[in-house]
Amino acid sequence: MNTDLGSSGALLAIIAMALVTYPMRAGGYWLMGHVPLTSRLRRILEALPGTVVVATVLPLLFREGIAAAAAIAVALVVTFIRRNDFIALVAGVGAAAAVRAMGL
Amino acid sequence: MKDDPYPSSAPTWSRAGFALGVKLALPILPGMIAFALACGATGARKGFSLIDMLWMNSLVYAGAAQMIAMEVWPDRLTGTTIAALAAITATINARMLLMGASLQPWLAPLPSWQVYPVLHLTTDPGWLIAMRYRIDGGNDAGVFLGGGVVIFVLWMAATSAGYGIGALISDPRAVGLDLVMPIFFAAMLIPLWQNAPRRWRRGLGWAVAASVALTFERLFHGWWFIIAGAVAGAVAEGFMEEAQ
Repeated sequence: MNTDLGSSGALLAIIAMALVTYPMRAGGYWLMGHVPLTSRLRRILEALPGTVVVATVLPLLFREGIAAAAAIAVALVVTFIRRNDFIALVAGVGAAAAVRAMGL
Repeated sequence: MKDDPYPSSAPTWSRAGFALGVKLALPILPGMIAFALACGATGARKGFSLIDMLWMNSLVYAGAAQMIAMEVWPDRLTGTTIAALAAITATINARMLLMGASLQPWLAPLPSWQVYPVLHLTTDPGWLIAMRYRIDGGNDAGVFLGGGVVIFVLWMAATSAGYGIGALISDPRAVGLDLVMPIFFAAMLIPLWQNAPRRWRRGLGWAVAASVALTFERLFHGWWFIIAGAVAGAVAEGFMEEAQ
């Protein structure tokens, strides 16, 4: 399990990612035809997108410091005012670049 | 979700339905393209080859999972580190189980060989478009296919364009490109919060996700904090109703 897979490693990793993703796409469909999803399981799956974001972004915020905090704050404010991913992205990236240009 | 309140005759696959699916997808395309550009640029910044990007974009075809996986991509790929990448990908994509489950009552009358290949085209916006159409009483599976195909084609084009742009930028950090993933993710929090069925429940789930992720990040090496925090928060949020 610890052998370096070298140049073929990236493709193998991509195949592994694909092999776990298709069952997520097809699995719910298949399962519904066989056993009903409980409402609890449904709520857990509904909650996942939000908790994935929180669990990913928050520790990164602590790791990456002021530039990341500024970028995320700006993106949140822009999204709150105008629901536009392009503007949020440009503004967030711009905020990070500005903070770094100031040497913070 | 068990009972389908809408017409139960077998759905059709018509050319008009396909065209309608394309049309219904138009409003979400700008946001999707922004995300795809960012995803492609991340691949270039992380040093992926264009061929590997094309495989990942088409076979995995899940932008959020790809972005996190590329961000945490290990320097040495071994059986163990690949298993960790697969586990992170599976956690992020587990939400798709729900999308498939909600499509089943509608598409079940169709033969399996027609449905299963098309399910690979399931994306968050594509699913949303098809379900909205279904809730309005529609019964043409071509809408799901049309929306799915247009999103897939533009995703492949825009991720490749993003890869090209990303490869041209010599210092991605100076222009903030290394923060594209957290920026996109943070922006997703606004609609996820506003559309929550019960906000106190969502807030509690997020608080659990945050504290478990931060604790794991301090205690353990690597990126397991994503899985630990996400699963703990989702389970806490999901179990909440009974506890009331």
